[in-house]
Amino acid sequence: MIHSPYIRNNASVRSVMLMVLLALLPGVAAYAWKVSPAILLNLAIATATALLAEAAVLALRRRPLAPALGDLSAVVTAWLVALCFPPIVPWWLTVTAVLVAIVAVKHLYGGLGQNPFNPAMVAYCAMIVAFPALMSQWPPAGGLPFEMQLQLILGGVRDVDAITGATALDAMRTGLRAGAGTVEAVRDDSAFGLLGGRGYEWVAAGYLLGGLFLLARKIITWHMPVAFIAALALISGLFWLVNPAQFASPAFHLASGGAMLAAFFIVTDPVSGATTPRGKLIFAAGIGLIAYLIRAFGAFPEGIAFAVLLMNMCVPLVDMKTQPAVFGHKKGVSR
Amino acid sequence: MIKRLFNFHGGIKPASHKSESADAPIRPAPLPHRLIVPLRQNARASARCIVETGERVLKGQRIGEAEGTLGTAVHAPTSGHVVDIAEHPMAHPSGLDTLCVVIEPDGEEAWIEHAPFDYRSQGRLATLTWLRDCGIVGMGGAAFPSHIKLGSGKGMDTLIINGAECEPWITCDDRLMRERAAGIMAGVRILRELLGARRVLVGVEDNKPEALQSMREAARADTDIEVLSVPTLYPAGGEKQLIRVLTGIEIPHGKLGSEYGVQCFNVGTAHAVHRAIEHGEPLLSRVVTLTGNMAQPANYEVLVGTPIEHLLPLAEPREDTDRYLLGGPMMGFALPDLSVPILKGSNCVIAASPALFPPPQPELACIRCGACARACPADLQPFELYWFSRSRNFGKAQEYHLFDCIECGCCAYVCPSHIPLVDYYRFAKSEIWARERDVKAADQARERFEFRNYRQEREKAEKAARLAAKAAETKAKLAQKPAGADGDAAAQGEAAAEDPKKALIAAALARAKAQKAAVQPRNTDNLSPEKQAEIAEIEARRATADTGTEPSRAASEEKS
Repeated sequence: MIHSPYIRNNASVRSVMLMVLLALLPGVAAYAWKVSPAILLNLAIATATALLAEAAVLALRRRPLAPALGDLSAVVTAWLVALCFPPIVPWWLTVTAVLVAIVAVKHLYGGLGQNPFNPAMVAYCAMIVAFPALMSQWPPAGGLPFEMQLQLILGGVRDVDAITGATALDAMRTGLRAGAGTVEAVRDDSAFGLLGGRGYEWVAAGYLLGGLFLLARKIITWHMPVAFIAALALISGLFWLVNPAQFASPAFHLASGGAMLAAFFIVTDPVSGATTPRGKLIFAAGIGLIAYLIRAFGAFPEGIAFAVLLMNMCVPLVDMKTQPAVFGHKKGVSR
Repeated sequence: MIKRLFNFHGGIKPASHKSESADAPIRPAPLPHRLIVPLRQNARASARCIVETGERVLKGQRIGEAEGTLGTAVHAPTSGHVVDIAEHPMAHPSGLDTLCVVIEPDGEEAWIEHAPFDYRSQGRLATLTWLRDCGIVGMGGAAFPSHIKLGSGKGMDTLIINGAECEPWITCDDRLMRERAAGIMAGVRILRELLGARRVLVGVEDNKPEALQSMREAARADTDIEVLSVPTLYPAGGEKQLIRVLTGIEIPHGKLGSEYGVQCFNVGTAHAVHRAIEHGEPLLSRVVTLTGNMAQPANYEVLVGTPIEHLLPLAEPREDTDRYLLGGPMMGFALPDLSVPILKGSNCVIAASPALFPPPQPELACIRCGACARACPADLQPFELYWFSRSRNFGKAQEYHLFDCIECGCCAYVCPSHIPLVDYYRFAKSEIWARERDVKAADQARERFEFRNYRQEREKAEKAARLAAKAAETKAKLAQKPAGADGDAAAQGEAAAEDPKKALIAAALARAKAQKAAVQPRNTDNLSPEKQAEIAEIEARRATADTGTEPSRAASEEKS
C-alpha cells in the first residue's frame, strides 16, 4: 500500500545528473576550443566505457539495468575522469581509469550512493601513481595538431617529450624547486597565461560559469565551493604575502590546475562528501588546504585528488560532529 | 503596527489546488440512512456507551460518556433510533474496528433541551467539564481534547488560532473563516478568557485573502486580537511551525505549548467552542471538503458519523477515480473502506486518479544530495534517519531525533530518488514502540519470576523454621515426661503412655520433613561443571543486562 505523501515534485536523480552534465558544457567547449579538441574523443571513450562497465556490473549483480544506466551518474563520473586527465592520454589509460572508477570504487562498495570515495578522484590517483609519465604530459594549449592528438590517444608512437610541455602548476613547481627562479621569472614560461595556465584558464572560467548555473538551479549549495575557494585563496594568500617571490598568488592557484572543476563539480559530489551545512564547510575547506600543501610542498604538481580522498575519509566523523540542532533544541530560540 | 513574522527551516510549495473547492459555499449534507458514531474519537481515549439498542435518541443527546483523562463525550448527531452497537471499521490507515453506535435518523432533527452555558459565573473548572461533555476536540486533525489544552491554562501569554490550512486541496477552514468569522471570533474570545492569554494571534496563509479579510473584520473591535497573513509554505499550518512563525518560539518534541506560554487552537475548534458555550450545542458536525477528481468539488457541513460513501455522490466523482484520500495529499491516507464514518477531525475527502496522483516512481538509491534536509521543517537530516531506519539501527535513529519527525512528508516530496522516506520513519517508530512494549513485558515477567523465587525461598525457610521449632518442643516434652510421670494420677499416666509414642512419631516425621526440605536438590544442582558455568553465566547476564529484551526467555524461565 502506498502511503502519504501522495504528491511529489518532479525531481529525479536523472535530472540532477543532467544538470551537472549541462553545467560542464561551457568548460568542455572552452577546452575543445582553446586547448585541444581531442578532449571530445576522450569524453566519448570514457562515456562508452562507463556505460558498458556499469551495465556489465549491474548484470553480474542481477540488478535491473535501465534505472541505473538512465540515471546518468556513470556518465558524470566518466566526464569528470576525462576532464581531469591530460587530453592526450592513450585510450587504454582512460578505459582503465573509468573501469577503476565504476567497477572498483562505485560498484564494489554497493553502487550509486554507497561509495565512500569520489570515483573520479580515486581513478585519477591510481593512474598518476601507476603511470606518472603519461599522466603529466599536457599538450600546450592549441599547440598540437589535431591529427597528432588523435594518434597519441589511439596508440601511436609516444615520443611526446618534444611536443608536450609542463602545465602551469608543474612549471611553477619545478621552476621554484630548481632554486634559482622566482615566481616572476618562472611566469615567463610559455605555459602561463593571464592568471593560470595559458588556454587552460579559459577552461577554468567555463567551469566557474557552469558552477554558478548549478548554484542557481540549487543542485549544489554555496557551502562547498565557497569554503574550498576561500580556503585555497586564504592559505595561498598567506604564503604569498609572506614571500611573494617564492609563492604564487591566490589568483594563480584558483585559475590553474583543477581548482574550478574541483570547486563546483568534484568537491560537491554529494555521495562521498559531507552533508551537514557546517560539515560541508569543513570538508571543502580541508580539501582546499590539503590541495595547496601538496601543490606547494608535495611530490605532485596537483594535489586536489589526494586532498579529496583524504577528506572523504573524514566524512563520517565530520558529519557526526556537525549535526545541526533540530527544531526546538536550538540555543537561544525557544525560551 | 506590522508584526514581525519568523520563518521556519525548510518547507515546500506544492501546487495548492485550493481553487477547485474554495468558491463552493458550505452546504448542509443530506441526512444519511445510517449514522455510525464511533465511541472512540481519537487514538487515546474511548467514550463509555450509555445508550442501548432500540433506544430513541435526540439530536445532541449524550450517547457516550467521557472516560479517562483524555476522554470526551460523544453525542447523537441527529434524532433517531439506536439500531446497533457494534464494531465497525474506523477512518484510520489500519482500518481497524472500533465500537460504534449506529443510529437510524428519523428525519425530525428533534433537539434535546439545551441552553447557553454561562461560563463567567460557572467558573473555570465547570466550563472545562462542560466543554468535555460537549465533546469538543481539536478539529485540525488530531482530535485532541480541548479541555485538556485549556486545563493547563492561566498565565498564558499568547493564544494562537490556526487558520493556515497549509495542505493542498483542503478548503474547509477557508470557507469557515469566510462564512462564520463572527462565530470563530466569539469562540476565540472565550478561549482567550479561559487561558488568560495576553494576546491572540490568528495565522492565515496569504493564499486565502477573503478569509483574511472576513477574519479581520470580525476582530476589528478587539485590540488584542491580530489576524496575520503568513506566507504560504507547507507545513506552516503545523501547530509547532505556526507557533514558530507567529512568535519565534520553538517548542521541542514532547513539550506542550503551555510550558512556553502559548497555546494553539484550530479555527474550527474555536467555532465549536462558541457553539458549545453560547448555544449549548455539543459538537455534532463539521465542514468537510470534497474535492480532487470530482465534477462538483464542494464543502459540506457533515454530521459526525456520516459514512463517507454517503457523501461521495454529492460531489460526483469522475469515472477514473481509483481511490479516496482522507485528509490532504501530504499527510492524509488512502481510505481502506468507504463505509467508514466522518470523525470530528476529518477535514477533507479527495478523489484520487492516476492522472492527479500518479503512482510513485521506483525507489532508487539515496545519493545523499541533502534535498530532504533542506526541506525538513524540523531541521532533521532525513537521509541519515533513512539509512538508520533501513539498516534497523534504531538506537542511532533515535539519537538523530527520529521522534522529532512530524511526518509532514516534505522530505519524500523533494527526494530525487523517489524514496518513500516517511514510510521508513513510520516503520522505525513502530518498531521502536514494539520493542519498548517487549522490554516492558520482559521486565514485568522478570520481576514476577524473581518475586516467585523469593517467595518460594521464603516459604521454604519459614516451613523449616516451623518444623524445627515443633521438633524442639516435642523433644523438650519428652525430656520432661519421665519426671512428671512419677507422682501423677492414673489419667495422666494413660495420656502419657499414649503421648510419647505420638510425639516420637511426630518428631520423626518432622525430622524427615525438615531434612527433606533442607536438602531437596534444585533442578540446577548435580549438573556437570560446564552446565553450571553456563547457568552462572546466564544468571550474570540477567543481572547485568539492563533488562531482558527477550520476553520469551523470561517467560520460559518463569515456567521452569
